[in-house]
Amino acid sequence: MARGNLLVDRREGKRYSFCEEFILAYKSSNGRDYTGPSLSLSGLRKTFGDVVAVDHLDLEVMRGECFGLLGPNGAGKTTTIEICEGLTPPDAGNMTLLGLSWKTAAKELRQRIGIQLQETQFPDKLTVEEALRLFRSFFKQGISEDEAIRIAQLEEKRSARVGGLSGGQKQRLAMACALVGDPELLFLDEPTTGLDPQARRHLWDLVDELKSAGRTIILTTHYMDEAERLCDRVAIMDHGRIIALGTPQQLIASTGGDHVVEFAITNADATRGQIDPEALKEIPGVQSHRVDAGVHQLSVTDLHTTVPRIFSTLTRMGLHLSEFRTHSASLEDVFVGLTGRNLRDE
Amino acid sequence: MSRLEESSLYQLTSTRFRLFLREPEAIFWVFIFPILLAVGLGIAFRNRPADVLPVGATTAQLTQALAADKGLSATTMDEAAGTHALAIGTINLLAIETPQGVTYKYDPTNPDARSARLLAEGAIQVAAGRKDAVASQNEVIHETGARYIDFVIPGLLGMNLMGSAIWGMGFSIVESRQKKLLKRLVASPMPRWQYMASFILSRLAMLVIEVAVFVGFARLAFGVPLRGSLLDLGIICLITSLSFSALGLLIASRAKTMEAASGLMNLVMLPMWILSGVFFSATRFPAVIQPFVRALPLTAAIDALRSNMLQGIGLNHLMMPIAILLAWLVIPFAVTMKIFRWR
Repeated sequence: MARGNLLVDRREGKRYSFCEEFILAYKSSNGRDYTGPSLSLSGLRKTFGDVVAVDHLDLEVMRGECFGLLGPNGAGKTTTIEICEGLTPPDAGNMTLLGLSWKTAAKELRQRIGIQLQETQFPDKLTVEEALRLFRSFFKQGISEDEAIRIAQLEEKRSARVGGLSGGQKQRLAMACALVGDPELLFLDEPTTGLDPQARRHLWDLVDELKSAGRTIILTTHYMDEAERLCDRVAIMDHGRIIALGTPQQLIASTGGDHVVEFAITNADATRGQIDPEALKEIPGVQSHRVDAGVHQLSVTDLHTTVPRIFSTLTRMGLHLSEFRTHSASLEDVFVGLTGRNLRDE
Repeated sequence: MSRLEESSLYQLTSTRFRLFLREPEAIFWVFIFPILLAVGLGIAFRNRPADVLPVGATTAQLTQALAADKGLSATTMDEAAGTHALAIGTINLLAIETPQGVTYKYDPTNPDARSARLLAEGAIQVAAGRKDAVASQNEVIHETGARYIDFVIPGLLGMNLMGSAIWGMGFSIVESRQKKLLKRLVASPMPRWQYMASFILSRLAMLVIEVAVFVGFARLAFGVPLRGSLLDLGIICLITSLSFSALGLLIASRAKTMEAASGLMNLVMLPMWILSGVFFSATRFPAVIQPFVRALPLTAAIDALRSNMLQGIGLNHLMMPIAILLAWLVIPFAVTMKIFRWR
């Protein structure tokens, strides 16, 4: 498996830090003069009993970056993000946020970061405005409740009780509560899990707006499309480790082809057909092959030249197609390529 | 907005208070229920004129003699009917005329029957011409402060202070923990002590209303005496409420579900409802368990409340119950701070 070229090397990291220089110069009016990475983890480890939730994690997130931790449920995303948030102490490893450590500067860090947790329920009988006013009161500086309500597009629900809000509105309220302190670094843990497609898109627009304001955002998700849509860079996690790191484009390119061809075959008598994988891999333009529940998946660079060759190969072998489809390669395919498992199966 | 309103302690406290006021059930249990209970008990144990005891006699002459006593109502019946009436409890005593004099048929284990025996004996002897050797007179008292309602009101007040503090703390904290709100709060810059303090401050604000409503009602509706200083009464209520709040915090410090918390609260409160002298004096329990009964915070609270309201004893003579309450404030609070689970 082509893991070597996926583990994003130092060179990539450097390129990002150069980009950062520009963003920093741009943002220096902010008054906070730390110029290093927003988040830096090395050798981070956390176990719960026998389970290794986070296994020697190294990671740097640059200022102004929207960074995604991506992986199936149980991959260790939430544990990682909660360690970063100072809610769970790590067993081992070093960590700095905005150049500060939780051990020595917890109070200052709490003032400078914003947090949205996975399943916070605000009291049902509190209104949107009251909840925001409460959270605003914890921060020395920040934006007004009105501003937070506007950003989260909750104007119409300002005096509505939390209990009467839809799932998407509740999630936007949680986001607004994370924003009232005008954080430099924002943590979003599965911000769209459990939302309907429209509410998800609504929340993505909100994250876009926050990104354009120059904040560093670290989010976890198990939706590959969400990571592709929102993140400048993603780390794919599995079993507590980062198995791939890079921009969504780099990761997708690493699968070897821009497209994925999926098909199932039958013999002339409609029984499930057999085919030698080597025969498929020999077709020019096919980068890799795998089979999952009878469906063959080929990673392909040029659809228009490779697909006719696949057809003719199958015809020559006397096989019939019972299914055939193609799609552009996605982060999903990266995960499948690396682990042999589908994300959505978890 | 003023600086006060912007402070997190003010916001936490007013949020707590607001959430309480928006919970109709809580309002009922804290303000309405104790008054209903007091009314119910007041009606059940109201002071009535002494009961007239029904008795029977076998001759009209005896009946007439018995009827002369205002404490008895006599009916003439034959012995068989009388025995039956005794058996089913419609009369307390049957006076049977015999050649030698009178025989009283009654059950001596029944206090009413024993009273009837004394009254009947007196009435019959007087009717037969007995003269008293010593002249006697009665002076009847109906003093407030000695009635059952006077006894039970401080008990109910103590019980209410306990209930509202423990339920008030326990449920909202455990609910916040269950809904991960606690975790979200500690992820914010909120100072943790302010969270605890906001509960206590909002509790105190409610305490003023709660005590004023209940004591005011008892005073106006039943004329329950308030012999001690009102300031002392306020201080006792304050310390009581703080101790039970600390106990409530302790109960809520680790429980993860409402069911667990609810069970724990009942486990803590039930023995005190029974042992601490809410409805009857705690001294009725055997001497062996008295030290335990005395050490309970509700016993101490009710002792202090009764001493203040009924006997007018000053705070300086109530140091023992106050010390017990303070111990129940300090120790649970310190333990809570050590073991409280924020997530």
